[in-house]
Amino acid sequence: MSQFAVELRDVVKRFPNPGGGEITAVNHATLQINHGEFFSLLGPSGCGKTTSLRMVAGFEWPTSGEIFIDGKPMGRTPPFLRPVNTVFQSYALFQHMTIFQNVAFGLEMEGVSREETRRRVEAALEMVQLTGMGSRKPRQLSGGQQQRVALARALVKRPAVLLLDEPLGALDLKLRKEMQLELKALQEQVGITFIYVTHDQEEALTMSDRIAVMNKGNVLQIGAPVEIYERPNCRFVADFIGETNFLFGKVKAIDPDFVIVSLHGSERELVGIPLGKFYSGQEVVVSVRPEKMRIFDDTPLKIGVTPNQPNCFPIRIINTMYIGSDTRIVIDFGGGTQLKVWEQNHLSTLDTLAYYAPGQELWVTMRPENVLILPQEE
Amino acid sequence: MAAETSSVSPAPRFSLIRQLRESPHAQGLALISPTLIYLLFTLVLPLLLVVVLSFMTRGPYGNIIYRVNLGNYTRLMDTLYLRILGYSLLTAALTTVGTILIGYPLAYYIARTPPRQRSVYLFLILVPFWTNFIIRIYAWIMILRTEGLLNSFLLKIGFIQAPLDILYTPTAVLIGMVYEFLPFMVLPLYTSLEKIEPAQLEAAADLGARPFMAFLRVTLPLSLPGMIAGSILVFIPAMGMFVVPDLMGGAKTILVGNLIRNQFLTARDWPFGAAASMLLLILTLIFTLFYTRRAGFGEELLV
Ligand SMILES: Nc1ncnc2c1ncn2[C@@H]1O[C@H](COP(=O)(O)OP(=O)(O)OP(=O)(O)O)[C@@H](O)[C@H]1O
Ligand SMILES: [Mg+2]
Repeated sequence: MSQFAVELRDVVKRFPNPGGGEITAVNHATLQINHGEFFSLLGPSGCGKTTSLRMVAGFEWPTSGEIFIDGKPMGRTPPFLRPVNTVFQSYALFQHMTIFQNVAFGLEMEGVSREETRRRVEAALEMVQLTGMGSRKPRQLSGGQQQRVALARALVKRPAVLLLDEPLGALDLKLRKEMQLELKALQEQVGITFIYVTHDQEEALTMSDRIAVMNKGNVLQIGAPVEIYERPNCRFVADFIGETNFLFGKVKAIDPDFVIVSLHGSERELVGIPLGKFYSGQEVVVSVRPEKMRIFDDTPLKIGVTPNQPNCFPIRIINTMYIGSDTRIVIDFGGGTQLKVWEQNHLSTLDTLAYYAPGQELWVTMRPENVLILPQEE
Repeated sequence: MAAETSSVSPAPRFSLIRQLRESPHAQGLALISPTLIYLLFTLVLPLLLVVVLSFMTRGPYGNIIYRVNLGNYTRLMDTLYLRILGYSLLTAALTTVGTILIGYPLAYYIARTPPRQRSVYLFLILVPFWTNFIIRIYAWIMILRTEGLLNSFLLKIGFIQAPLDILYTPTAVLIGMVYEFLPFMVLPLYTSLEKIEPAQLEAAADLGARPFMAFLRVTLPLSLPGMIAGSILVFIPAMGMFVVPDLMGGAKTILVGNLIRNQFLTARDWPFGAAASMLLLILTLIFTLFYTRRAGFGEELLV
C-alpha cells in the first residue's frame, strides 16, 4: 500500500470553449488523500469539483499533471480498469435492469461466479437497507432508495476509492440529513476512502475528515473542518464557509502572536491573530464570525474595567431577530460599518428587558484570537 | 359508484347535458368524439366494406354477387397462394433485418454527433423522400440494370468479368425495399438512442464494462423500443408492398401486395382481393401483438 489513496499532482484541465478560447476547469490542483479518509471537495458551482472527480474516475484526462491511485500513475487508463467506483449525481441506474441486476452488473463484469455474486449483492443490499427490493426496477423506488442502490452498486465492487458527486443533491432536506449520517456511518464501517463532492458547506463540515475548498479551478485550502472554519487562509474561504463579518484596515503594528490593525473610516483599532505573513502598513481584511462577539452593557466599565482594553467598543443596536435558539443582531460599529452578531438565548424568559431593543447604546467585545487577520486580495 | 346511484334524475329533460357534466365517462367520450368520427369514416366503414366483400362471390362480368359464402377463404388456402404469402412474409422479414443492419449503425452514428450536425444528417435522410417514389425506384433500376452504373463500375475496376444480373431478381426487390423503408427504421432508432444518457454508459464503464460490453448490456437494450417501433413501421407496409416487386422484381416476384392489387385491378375479382386483404390484415395484427408483447414493451412505443 502506498502512502496515499489518491494523489493529484499539479493537475490542470482545460476545455475548449464553444465560443472560442479555453476554459480552465481545474488549475494546478495538488491534493493528497489518505487511505480510509472521508475527503470532500467543496466549492461554489462551476469551480471544478466534478471535473476533478471525473479525472480520478477516468472519464476525463488531465491536460497536464498526473493522477495517482494507490501510488500508480493513471495516465490515460480507461475507467473500466481503475480501482475506483462512482456514485453519480443522477444515480445513472440502469432503467432496464432490476435492482439486483444493477448491483450485480459490476461483479458480472469482473467474472465473479454466480453464487458469489448473489451473496455479495444481497449483502450489499442489506447494507443499504434494501433487502427484498432486488426484483424491482429503479423507477419503482423513491429518490432516497435509488440513491442507496447507486451506493450499493458501487460499493459491492469493493473499490479502493469511492467517488461521490453530490450524491444527496436530489433529496429533500430531511432525507438529506438522514443520509448524511448514514453515509458517514457506512464509510466508517467499510473503511473505504471516500472522495465526496458537494457545494453544501454544512454537509462538508459535518461529514468530512478533511476538506479541500475550491474556487475557479484553484484549490484554496485543504484541512480538517475545524481548521477550515476557524483558521481560513483567505477571504474566500472565510466567506464561503459559515458566516462572517469583514472589516478593512491597515497593519499598524506586528508582534509574534498578534497584529494590530487600524480600521479604515474610524479611529478604532483591532487586535487579532495573523493568518499569513504581514508587514507594517499592509492593507488587510479582518474576519470576525458573528457567534464570536459579545454584546454587554456598560456596568463592568462602571465598576472599574478600563474602556481602552483591546477590542472593546461602544456600539448601537440596529435591529434584532429572534430565531428561537439564537438571537441575530445587527449592530452599528461606527464608521458606517454594520456587523452581524449571534447570541445564544441562554435564558428562558418572556421579560422584554432581557432582549435588546433597536437604538440601544451598548458595548461589543471580541477576544483577539477570534479576530482573524487575512491578506487583502485583489 | 355511490355517486351514480344517488343521482336519481330530478330534471329528466336535461339528462343528456347533466350526464355529460357529471359522468367522467361521458366527458371522455365527448372529448374524443372528433377522433371517433374520423376513425369511423376512414377506418371502420372501409374495413367493414372489405369484410363484407370478402364473403361475396365474383359474378361472370367482374360484378359482385351478394351471397354469403366462405369460398374466397378456402381458395386462399391453395398452395399457390400460401406460397405467395410465405414468400411475402420472408421478404418483409428480410427487409426488416436489412433496415436494422444498415439503420442501426447509421442511427448510432447520428446520435453520437454534436446536436447541430444531427439535424443536418436527419434532414439528409429525409431529403430523398421529396422525390416521387416511382422516380426513386427507376433510379435504382438505372443503377442495377445489366448495363447500369453498378455493373459498369464493377467491370471497369475489374472486380467482375461479366455483368451481374441483379435487376428482376428477389435481391433487387430486397434492395429496393430496404432502401424504401430505411428511414422508418432510422428515425425511431435514432430517437431511442439519442435518449440514452451518457451517464448510463459512464456508469457501465465505471463498473468495469469494456466498450463492447457496455454496448451489449446498456445501449442495445435501451434502444430496443426504437428497434421494435421501427420493425413494425417497416414490416407492416413491407408486407403489403407491390410497387417495388412490380418494377424491380419483373414478373417473377409476386407478393401478397401484388396479388391483392391484381385481383382488384386486373382480374376484377374484388371479393377474392378483399379476402386476401383480410388475411394480410390478420397476419400483421398477429405479428404486431406478438412483437410488442414478447418484448415486454408497449407504452414506450407510444412516446
Ligand atoms: N465537457 C466540458 N466542456 C467544456 N467545459 C466544461 C466541460 N465540463 C466542465 N466544463 C467547465 O468547467 C468548469 C468546471 O465545471 P465542473 O463541472 O467541474 O464544476 P462543478 O464544481 O462540478 O460545479 P457544480 O457545483 O455546478 O456541479 C465550468 O466552467 C464548466 O463550464
Ligand atoms: Mg458538479
